[in-house]
Amino acid sequence: MTSALFYDRLQFAFTATFHYLFPQLTMGLAALILYLKSRAYWTHDVHCDDAAHFWTKIFALSFAFGVVTGIPLEFQFGMNWAKFSTFAGGVIGQTLAMEGVFAFFLESTFLGVLLFGKKRLGPLVHWIATVMLFLGSWLSGLFILATNAWMQHPVAYAVDNAGAVHVTSLWGLLTNPWLIWQFTHTMTAAVVTGSFVMAAVGAYYLLSGVHADFAKTFLRTGVVAGAIATFLLLFPTGHHAALQVFEHQPIKGAAFEGHFYTESGADLVLLGQPNMDTLKIDNPLVAPKMLSFIIHKHFGAEIKGLTDFPREDWPDTMPLLYYTYHIMVGLGTIFIPLMLTAAVLLRRGRLFQARWMLWTVMLMTPFPYIATTAGWMTAELGRQPWLVYGLFRTADGNSPLVGSGNVLFSLLGFFGLYLLLGLLFLFLFFQTVARGPAANGGLPSSKPTG
Amino acid sequence: MSIDTLWFVIVVMMFTVYAVLDGFDFGTGIIYVFVARTDTERQLVLKAIGPVWKGNEVWLVAGGGLLFLAFPKAFAAGFSGFYLALNLVLWFLIMRGLSIALRSHLRNPLWRTFWDAIFAVSSLLLAVVFGVALGNLIRGVPLGPDGQFFAALWTTFTPDRIPGILDWFTVLVSALAVAILSVHGANYLALKTDADVRIRACRIADVGAWVVVLLAIMALPALVFVQPALRDGYVAHPVGSVLLLTAGVTLFTAQYFRRSRLDLAAFVSWSLFILGSLGSIAWGLFPNLLIATEDPAFSLTISNSAASSYGLRVGLVWFSLGISLVIGYTTWVYVSFRGKVERVLFEGSYE
Ligand code: HDD
Ligand code: HEM
Ligand code: HEM
Repeated sequence: MTSALFYDRLQFAFTATFHYLFPQLTMGLAALILYLKSRAYWTHDVHCDDAAHFWTKIFALSFAFGVVTGIPLEFQFGMNWAKFSTFAGGVIGQTLAMEGVFAFFLESTFLGVLLFGKKRLGPLVHWIATVMLFLGSWLSGLFILATNAWMQHPVAYAVDNAGAVHVTSLWGLLTNPWLIWQFTHTMTAAVVTGSFVMAAVGAYYLLSGVHADFAKTFLRTGVVAGAIATFLLLFPTGHHAALQVFEHQPIKGAAFEGHFYTESGADLVLLGQPNMDTLKIDNPLVAPKMLSFIIHKHFGAEIKGLTDFPREDWPDTMPLLYYTYHIMVGLGTIFIPLMLTAAVLLRRGRLFQARWMLWTVMLMTPFPYIATTAGWMTAELGRQPWLVYGLFRTADGNSPLVGSGNVLFSLLGFFGLYLLLGLLFLFLFFQTVARGPAANGGLPSSKPTG
Repeated sequence: MSIDTLWFVIVVMMFTVYAVLDGFDFGTGIIYVFVARTDTERQLVLKAIGPVWKGNEVWLVAGGGLLFLAFPKAFAAGFSGFYLALNLVLWFLIMRGLSIALRSHLRNPLWRTFWDAIFAVSSLLLAVVFGVALGNLIRGVPLGPDGQFFAALWTTFTPDRIPGILDWFTVLVSALAVAILSVHGANYLALKTDADVRIRACRIADVGAWVVVLLAIMALPALVFVQPALRDGYVAHPVGSVLLLTAGVTLFTAQYFRRSRLDLAAFVSWSLFILGSLGSIAWGLFPNLLIATEDPAFSLTISNSAASSYGLRVGLVWFSLGISLVIGYTTWVYVSFRGKVERVLFEGSYE
């Protein structure tokens, strides 16, 4: 498979996955920074203000990478997916343009204010700027997800004579039922990423015996927010995400659960490898009848299996889809007891001494990233072979005149560039963490600026 | 005015405002190593654009989104047709964005020199590519009957029926764009800085303006020669000449204000010059979005590539609201950060 389409898909997958590493942290941190900043503002707490200032720096770092990796995605709609854009521009043009006008301006402008305006603009304006930053980043998420939700579950459109779609109700587009659970689930996941990272930095400081005050604030905030958010990820948001997949995209559901044959009282596959020759799960470990129960609240309910659908409608990467889904749910299931334990220790006042727990919290940092990436791959691989579910096939969407050599050229370029960007981000992240919050707080004029 | 026309105006407005606002950031980058020699001076220059450059860049992103909303076909044809050039744009945008954000992160002088170079080079190359892109829009592209094309980076370097992205005409437009933006950046720095940096910036603005006049004298006949259709817009709607006049007059008033040391007036004049020039070109090209070089019947115009009228109408409603908010808080930011950067105690950023 070395057609242009293959490279187009690989390029979108790679660049979108890479992009999402950054916004999830900024959206999550935006909420936590808003909390710290509000406390600082209402209680005149300098410590909280310094803490917020430190995290605003991490936010700015992640934001810079998020912005530069986001622009290639928007461009790709036109560059690599010209036929799709011609087909769907009448609908998704709305949400993408709204994202620019309502969200990106807000976020970019007020980050500038927040970073450059402390001395000039006073605490109230500074607090308002934080609110705007939060609004901007969450609205970015809302509008881009409205776009994606429409591709998953098209609503509020009409087809014209030329075969292109047009929006018939903006309100309908923005209140797409799919969007409700997709937005809440994704945003909760972003809070998980943000709070895990915050708690991990706190744990790292405590374990290293530095910045103890800040470390405790970070841990407290991170663990409490993390415990709440990990729970909300499973229920209600994750559960409802799965329900709507089974309602509207039964093939995707059957594929990611590894459910090949229609049966009443379907088992929930916990572990095992899908075998695409025998159409069975090898080495299965299952929870009997649980799939039927989760989806229909009834152990005997029937669940359609993959083999009931035409094979050309199956996602073409079914085993990968199955694994990514199980990775996400598996990690989600581990996060809950873990964060609960940390929260209980915190409540009993023992967290700061429990070194094993601090180590665990610190080492958990990569896992929310893995879970969100796996979650997106579930949603997007499972949408195949459709680009717009049930309406428009991926194979019909790419640019007819952009040859495979040209796409491979740009794809290799992204591989190389993004490898460097990733290393650069990690380096600067660790650098910022190592420098610590205290050194940066309070005395703005004593450091190099830019 | 029909709703298609209104959206043409909106899209053109987004991109011209982008050219004016991010234009001075680019200009600052192009002349960066010449105006700012020491580390302190370079920090000063970066501080001058620090609070605003990111917001400025959003005019491009939002402009792209609005083009997609209003004229999906033109968005798809243009972005896929200029595939190679846009890849360069993406690379330079990425490098440039990072250079500003990361330069002052470490104190290490090698680190700073490295990002200084990236900032200067990527700003220059972006200005080059955007200039070339403008040249391509004027000259036209080899659109086929299906409304798609794929432009090679270069063919024979002449603007004939199957032109490449680079030819003598687009390169000339690009040179003009680079010169205009350098002066724009210099005018901005003259306004925002003082002492040595300001003196050097004024000198660049002075010399640069004459280069611009020279290049413009070469480019004007070339414009009419390469794209005779430019005249049609003015024949049909002569009022557009006001735009031409604005461009012509402000080019010289800017010099007058520069001489009189009225930095703000010079900067505003030059901004109007950019608005006027781009506006004049758009006026001439109207109602074309992408002109076909082979057969005018293949051109993408506002009528054959517009989205549905419901989409355009509802878009207009939220756009009016959204852009008013944007203009409101952007103005507030510029006013809040007015004045010379050195006299202001700035909060450190990205470090
Ligand atoms: C920290 C990250 C994280 C964790 C632990 C979970 N999820 Fe998730 N999940 C996401 C992060 C995520 C995501 C990145 O936010 C996705 C990708 C697309 C989307 O809408 O949200 C997603 C998608 C997603 C989908 C696919 C929706 C679609 O196809 O459009 C389902 C069915 C679930 N999730 C269900 C769950 C369940 C039952 C979980 C059990 C705990 C779970 N997720 C944990
Ligand atoms: C940031 C999180 C996201 C990730 C990690 C992600 C991941 C992916 C992956 C893995 C693919 C390849 C699927 C395949 O070809 O088999 C893909 C394709 C695609 N996604 Fe996403 N996606 C994300 C968000 C979005 C959003 C929000 C949109 C819409 C606005 C979107 C639009 C597309 C398009 C247009 C394609 C190409 C066509 C296709 O292969 O279906 N993606 N994405
Ligand atoms: C695959 C489709 C996507 C496209 C086309 C896209 C497009 C963009 C663009 C153009 C930017 C830069 C904005 C600027 O110039 O300020 C950006 C940044 C951003 N995007 Fe995406 N994006 C996609 C996926 C996502 C997803 C799935 C989310 C979250 C749910 C998201 C959230 C953000 C946020 C919060 C920012 C601001 C920068 C940051 O916080 O890192 N994006 N995106």
